[in-house]
Amino acid sequence: MDRQRALLIDITRCVGCGACSEACKTANNLPPEPEKALSATAYTVIQEKGDYFVRDLCRHCQQPTCVSVCPVGAFEKTAEGPVTYDGDKCIGCRYCMTACPFSIPRYEWTSRAPLVRKCIMCSERVKEGKMTACSESCPAEATVFGWRDELIAEAHRRISENPDGYYNLVYGENEVGGTNVLFLSPVNFADLGFPTNLGNAALPPLTWEVLEKIPNFVVASGVILGGLWWLINRRATVDELRHQTGESHPKHPGQSANIRTHQAGGESR
Amino acid sequence: MNRWTEKLTFWRIMFVIILAVGMVAGFRRFYLGLGATTGLSDQVPWGMWIGFDVMSGVALAAGGFTLSALVYIFNLKQFHAVVRPAILTAFLGYILVAVGLLFDLGRPWYIWHPIFFRNPHSVMLEVAWCVMLYLTVLAFEFVPAFFERLGWGKAVKVMKVGTPILVILGVLLSSLHQSSLGSLFLIVPNKLHPLWYSARLPYLFFVSAMSVGFAMVIVESYLSNRAFRKELERPIITDLGRAMMVSLIFLAVLRGQDLIGRGGLPYMFQATTEAGLFWLEIGLGIIIPVILVAIPKIRAHPQGMFYAGLAAVLGLILNRMNVSITGMAAKLGAYFPSWEELSISIMLVALGFAAFAWAVKNLPVFGPSPWTGTVVITPALETERVARQAELQPARVSIQ
Repeated sequence: MDRQRALLIDITRCVGCGACSEACKTANNLPPEPEKALSATAYTVIQEKGDYFVRDLCRHCQQPTCVSVCPVGAFEKTAEGPVTYDGDKCIGCRYCMTACPFSIPRYEWTSRAPLVRKCIMCSERVKEGKMTACSESCPAEATVFGWRDELIAEAHRRISENPDGYYNLVYGENEVGGTNVLFLSPVNFADLGFPTNLGNAALPPLTWEVLEKIPNFVVASGVILGGLWWLINRRATVDELRHQTGESHPKHPGQSANIRTHQAGGESR
Repeated sequence: MNRWTEKLTFWRIMFVIILAVGMVAGFRRFYLGLGATTGLSDQVPWGMWIGFDVMSGVALAAGGFTLSALVYIFNLKQFHAVVRPAILTAFLGYILVAVGLLFDLGRPWYIWHPIFFRNPHSVMLEVAWCVMLYLTVLAFEFVPAFFERLGWGKAVKVMKVGTPILVILGVLLSSLHQSSLGSLFLIVPNKLHPLWYSARLPYLFFVSAMSVGFAMVIVESYLSNRAFRKELERPIITDLGRAMMVSLIFLAVLRGQDLIGRGGLPYMFQATTEAGLFWLEIGLGIIIPVILVAIPKIRAHPQGMFYAGLAAVLGLILNRMNVSITGMAAKLGAYFPSWEELSISIMLVALGFAAFAWAVKNLPVFGPSPWTGTVVITPALETERVARQAELQPARVSIQ
C-alpha cells in the first residue's frame, strides 16, 4: 500500500481546550455550539475521562468496515488515507452504524432526508497536501498530522524515551487491521473507554469469506437441484406411463410404500 | 352462524382501528423523521423494523421455498395441497418486508439504488438482490392462481412448463438470502453477545428459517381452516409437524455443537438477561414444539399442532430480535420501540392477514387445483391418501 496520511493523538499532551472540535465545525460548516459527544453536527469532540482529555473521532481504518458493508458503496477509502462518504448514494440502511467496531457514524435523526455523518479527515484539504483542520488548530501539538509510518515511528520513540509516562501501546497501529488515527495514552486504554476487545484482524474478511463462496454455491446447487428434479420426476413419469399402459412394475416406487409403512408405524399406535 | 358474523365484524373493526393508528404513525414517521418517532439512536441504529419486520418476516416466509422444493423437486406429493398457501405466505411476507423497509430506510425513495450502485463486498447488497429477485420469482409462482380464477387455461399451462425452473431459482435465492441475513452479523464479533455471535450464523439462520417455514404453514392452515372452513387433511398437518420436528432437532444439534465448539456453554448458565432470553428462545422455539410433535396424540390433533407451530414461530421471532437487538444491547445501549414503531409493525401484520384472507376467499389457494405441477397425482396416491385419512379417524374421535 502506498504511504498514507494519518493523525497521531497524544493524550498526555492534550489540555482539553477544544480548539480541534471548534476548527472542525468551521471547516465542515457545522453549527458552532460545542457538544459533549459525537453527533450529526460534531465530527470530533473532547471528552473528560478522569484526569485526561480524550478526543473521539472516526479512526479511518486501513480496511474500513463501513466501506465493506455499505450496499451502495457510499463509503470510500481514499488513496491518501481518509474514509469519505457520498451522501447521494446512501439509502439510509444504517448498516455502517451497526457494523463500525468503534460505533462512530452518526445519523441525522431529525431530518426528513437524513444522511450519515462522521469525520472525513478533511479529505479535500488532505488531497491538496494541506493538514487537517484539527491538527492545524491544536496549540499543544496533541494532534499531529503526517505520514502514517512516520507517525508510528514517532509514537514508539516517545514511548521508549519516556516509558513511565506512556502506556506501552500505540492504539491504532494494529487494532482491527490498523487505523489512520493513532493514540498514545498515559494509562491503559481500557480505563479511557477505548474498546480493547477488537483484536488485530480486520473485520471485512469475516463477511467476504462467506460472500466469495456464492458463485460456486449457486452453480453447484443449481446443478444438483436440477439433477434431483430430473431424476425423481423422470422416475415418477415413467411409473405413470407404466400405470396407464397397464404394465406392472416389478418394484413399485419406494416412495408410496415408505409413506404407508411410516404411517402405520406412526399414527396407528 | 350469528356468532360467526359477530366475530367477523369484531375483527373487521379491529382491522380498521389498527390500520388507522398505523397510518397516523406512518404519516408522523415521514413528517417528523425517524428520531422523533422511533426509539432508534446513534447507539442503537437498528430496531424493531429490522429485527421483527425484516429479519423475522423473511424467515417466516421460508415455507414458500421449502414446500415447493419438497413437492416439485423431491416429488413428495402429500404436501401438494399446502404449496400454494405457503407460496402465498411467502409472496405476501416479502411484499410486507419491502413495505416495512420503506418505513425503516432513511431515504426510502432511493430503495432502487442497490440495482445501480453495487458494492460486491456488502452482504446487504446480496440480501437486497436476492430479495428483489425472489419477490419476482414468487410473483410468477403465484400468478397461476389468478389465471385459474380467470379461467385462462392456456396461461396456466404456459406457467406450468416453467415451474421447475422457478422452483429451483426460488430455492437458490432463498438459501442465499436466508443465510445472508445471518451473515450480516458476522461483522459485529465485538458487539453481539457470545450466545448468538458465531461464525456459523449463516447456517443457523438457514436451518431455523427452514423449520419455521413448516411451522408457519401449520399455523396458517389451522387458522384458515377455522376462519373459512377450508378443510385440510389432517395427515398433511401431521407430516408438516414431523418435518418441523426433524428440522428443529437438526437446528438444536447445530446450535449445541456450535456453542460447545466455541466454548459458549458457560454463558448459558450465567444469571444474565441474555441467558434468560436465550432459554426463552430455545424453550419456545425448539423444546416446546419438539415435545408437542413427539407426543402422538397431540401430533394427530390439529389444535395441538397449531400450538407447536405457534411456539416455533414465536421462538424464531425472539431469536431474530436477540441477534439484531437484545444480543447487542449490553454493548450498544438500551432500546425500546416507540408506539409508532409498534403500530406500523402491527399494521403490516394485519395487512398480511387481510390479504391472505382475501386471497383464500377469492382465489384457488387451498383445495384441489388444476395446476398440479409437473406430474399428475396418480390414482395410487389418491387411494393411499384416502387410506391414511381412514387410519386417522379413530385418533380424532378419541381426542374430541
